[in-house]
Amino acid sequence: MSLALPVLPLAAGGPVIPHFGGASNCVVQNHQFCGSWFTQNFNTVFGPRIVQHIELTAIAVGVGMAIAFTAAIFAYRQSWFETPFSLFSAFLYGIPAIALFELLVQITGINRLTAEIGLVSYTLLILFRNMLTGLRGVPAATIEAARAMGFTSRQTLVRVELPLALPAIMAGIRIATVTTISLATVAAYIGAGGLGEPIFDAIQSGFKTEFIASGGLAIALAILADVLLVMLQRAITPWSRRRLQT
Amino acid sequence: MRTGNPLSFFFGNLSLFASKTGAHLGLSVVAIGLAILLAIPLGVWLGHLHRGSFLAISVSNIGRALPSLAVISIGIGIIGIGFWNVVVALIILAGPVILTNAYVAVDEVDPDAVQAARAMGMTPFQVLRRIELPLALPLIFAGVRTATVYVVATATLATFAGGGGLGDIVVNEPTYGTGGVIAGSLWIIVLIFAIDGLFALAQHRLTPTPLRRPGRRARAAATRATGWETG
Repeated sequence: MSLALPVLPLAAGGPVIPHFGGASNCVVQNHQFCGSWFTQNFNTVFGPRIVQHIELTAIAVGVGMAIAFTAAIFAYRQSWFETPFSLFSAFLYGIPAIALFELLVQITGINRLTAEIGLVSYTLLILFRNMLTGLRGVPAATIEAARAMGFTSRQTLVRVELPLALPAIMAGIRIATVTTISLATVAAYIGAGGLGEPIFDAIQSGFKTEFIASGGLAIALAILADVLLVMLQRAITPWSRRRLQT
Repeated sequence: MRTGNPLSFFFGNLSLFASKTGAHLGLSVVAIGLAILLAIPLGVWLGHLHRGSFLAISVSNIGRALPSLAVISIGIGIIGIGFWNVVVALIILAGPVILTNAYVAVDEVDPDAVQAARAMGMTPFQVLRRIELPLALPLIFAGVRTATVYVVATATLATFAGGGGLGDIVVNEPTYGTGGVIAGSLWIIVLIFAIDGLFALAQHRLTPTPLRRPGRRARAAATRATGWETG
């Protein structure tokens, strides 16, 4: 039986196994999953990347909400605006992440700003459509009642239409967040950091534990965000028992 | 050949683009084909029985939540690099939306039509084959369309797992230069919108005229249920 390292070097000439301190037998022989390496390196390798990943996602969804919600309220008042903005955001949404990132890099360079621009552009379609659908779903009689009580159109929007559109808006935020968590792993390719970074490190080294741990953590983060947002959605819109999405 | 101009790179390397596009589509077709074989029978069967709605719908919520690169990464760790790892990852990512659409499509077939068929003495299998499937077909196809566009887009990541395809050009600036990277990125975008357009056309053809409006309603229902755009 050969003692040669059972690893496929993916990058030409690179060292195969990363050495984080005294490498255990499991790490040197690149076994399926080295639990002790994972727990020992969690704080240095994965912890900061999880925080970065959450930051990337929060900024992208936040900026996306600011743009999409402004556009949706404008389209709600001026219906001609709906088609051009829908087409524009649907076009952005259809572009594969790695292609969009590569194109943006040519303009704004390899950095987090480029990553955020790309991530924001993927949130627009979902947030815009859900908010507009939510606003359009407000019963005309309710709006008339508000106006009859002397609400201005601004008061009607803030105190009647937006609260009633909240279930659809929340559903949009949930989908946009989960999508962004997913795409943020790819954004590590252009230097955004986050949980994609150890994945790309593992592609260089072929280290199985790192592949499985970073992939697993990214999936766990996405599912956790999904579950938390469902709970938040139910908590703040207790009147909507049925799930409303787009 | 290195050149900074994407257009001249594209026209100077047509055979490279042809072979990478071929590999890209080959990978996508295998993944979509297997996903269809696994997901449609299950979805149609559950929809016919009107059972397992929780499973059929939540599976696509989970499918949507899975980061594609993370699934591929775990695949590399377990299966190793290469074609099949990517195929398995793409099936996991695309299967759920096909399953959910097939389920919703059959589940939401007009109950009056099903009852009329039963009253005429059709067996459950005949009801499925001659009533439910034809009526559900447009929506089932809509799921396949969404999944296909998603798979062709995601197959770009195959390059990181040694699966080949157009991603090989997009992420290889040292070999192909800036022009190659831009040309590759633009070509994938063109390819995806072309495929989506072709499927839209096929979907329109596939839907009998009287069904076109209810089809839209059912599609909206599927989107509501799953959050997936089904075109």
